[in-house]
Amino acid sequence: MPPPLANTTPDAPLLDPDDPWRGQSRLSAVAEFVAPILLALCGLVTVLTTLGILAVLVVQSVEFFAAAGIGVGDFLFGLELRPGARPPRFGVLPLVWGTFLIAFGASCVALPIGLLSAIYLSEYAPRGVRAVLKPTLELLAGVPSIVYGYLALLLVTPALKAALEPLGLRVDHFNAVSACLVVGMMIVPSVSSLSEDVLSAVPQGLREAAYGLGATKFEVSTRIVLPAGLSGVAAAFILAVGRAVGETMAVVLAAGTMARFTLNPLTSVETMTTYIIQVVGGEASYGSPKYLSLFAVGLTLFAITLALNVLSNLVLRRYREVYR
Amino acid sequence: MSVESAGRFHPRRRSRALAGPVFAAACLLATLTGVLALAVLTLAVVAAAASDGGLIDLLHRLAVNPQSGDPARAGFRVGIVGSAWLLALTALIGIPTGVGAGVFLEEYMPAGRLKGAIQTNIANLAGVPSVVYGILGLAVFARAFGVSGLALGPSLLAGALTLSLLILPTIVVTTQEALRTVPPSLRHAAMALGATRWQVVAGHVLPSALPGILTGTILGLSRVVGETAPLLMVGAAGSLLRPPRGPMDRYSALPVEIYNYAKEPDPAFQAVTAGGILILVALLLSMNAVAIVIRDRFRRRR
Repeated sequence: MPPPLANTTPDAPLLDPDDPWRGQSRLSAVAEFVAPILLALCGLVTVLTTLGILAVLVVQSVEFFAAAGIGVGDFLFGLELRPGARPPRFGVLPLVWGTFLIAFGASCVALPIGLLSAIYLSEYAPRGVRAVLKPTLELLAGVPSIVYGYLALLLVTPALKAALEPLGLRVDHFNAVSACLVVGMMIVPSVSSLSEDVLSAVPQGLREAAYGLGATKFEVSTRIVLPAGLSGVAAAFILAVGRAVGETMAVVLAAGTMARFTLNPLTSVETMTTYIIQVVGGEASYGSPKYLSLFAVGLTLFAITLALNVLSNLVLRRYREVYR
Repeated sequence: MSVESAGRFHPRRRSRALAGPVFAAACLLATLTGVLALAVLTLAVVAAAASDGGLIDLLHRLAVNPQSGDPARAGFRVGIVGSAWLLALTALIGIPTGVGAGVFLEEYMPAGRLKGAIQTNIANLAGVPSVVYGILGLAVFARAFGVSGLALGPSLLAGALTLSLLILPTIVVTTQEALRTVPPSLRHAAMALGATRWQVVAGHVLPSALPGILTGTILGLSRVVGETAPLLMVGAAGSLLRPPRGPMDRYSALPVEIYNYAKEPDPAFQAVTAGGILILVALLLSMNAVAIVIRDRFRRRR
């Protein structure tokens, strides 16, 4: 019902006592003022988390170097890790080597599988198949690492023993190969999903030009689309290597705890993540050099994964600039 | 075309036509390896669990019994209750914080160098290994840098706080993505009718971004159920005989108990571990499937 048009000059607003808006202004004014502050505090938590991680790792690492009486050089370039020996040796290199071995092996599994699967999803898969496969692969990415570790113990290591021991090769119960295989399978979804995003973003005109010159689908996929998206694929790959470096439970269960330099992947190796879990689960008391060493190893691990993440972002940004 | 260059033209049609299907098959196979691996895993786990007798009996026994050194009486009751507690506490702490941070960054914060820095920081936090979050939780929540009044010790609350920080990047990023899909015309229309900024956000933008936020939240929470390493760091107990009664109580979690059973050298524990893995995977896959279905339905509607 429109109001009568007689009194259209707005002199004093008449407040209707039944007006549902009456009395809300003060409350909403408070909400208007308080809400952004609360939300900003939530945003601050993300910054504080990073600062907290850095502070904890650096402060406790300094404490470790003081308590153990060794220098940063002895730690970073030390070839021996024997916290129980007299005097104890805290060289991080055996752990770095173990981590490198696992990450390298996992990449050898994940790179070809992830890349081929990305090419399939972006170039070959019909729309319907893609609509089913993509969510399924996302589902796989949600399987936790302890499950992969158990898979290594239950299936991969026995299978390796059955296949290699008749050939005269000794396979340890805990070995690097089965850890590489399961960690590789674990990081396939992240390689393939990020690479697929990148390959799908390659301009359609490039493909059409190649088809116009008589190229087959195989040639378009491998010689046009893949080179065009190469730096994006590289970024996805670096990110996945970072995940393999930080991977914990699968490696703890599959690769064991022997910190040493070895080129034989059928024996046990120890990674940085395994060492950290090992120290916390052991009987070393809080504040002892052995216990504090986990923070120094954690700092090393954090620095390596951060460097890989930053590198991946730089490469990806360069890729995006090319096709803007 | 001259005769000379025609002689140098080798289309190699046959080999090129052959390479295509072979390559396509290899690509398809690579795509399916993950699915195949999961299928093999499930079969092997079911076989290992069923080696003990009836599968249903086993799962029932595992859900009812607490941890035990006797494989015939071992179960995951304490861990399942502990994981449920962790899930609830982390949801209470982590979801409001994460969604709040996402709303602040997307709706309030002006674009600029500071916002860019915060965004980069969040992207990097998402790549920090979970065991490093465990170290953070150990030093800050469980030990409080040695200040005994503030230290939470190996309590549920310390575990939940650690896991909340762990899932924060996931929730912030998905909240932001969901908010970005809300058309600006909706905000403009509400503002034109006199709504204040907070009324626009709370009354219009958040409700229409809700399905996307929900997806990210469930994906984040499913990590809470599966994460093991940070809980080992902040002191989830290996063997407890009674479930926790409050947030300050000692606790265990399903994946932590699985880890302990998996380390047992006695092969009689294999069925117990396999049963635990089955419970865990079923729980996680159903959580993730719900999240993905919500998101896909939401995408299709728009």
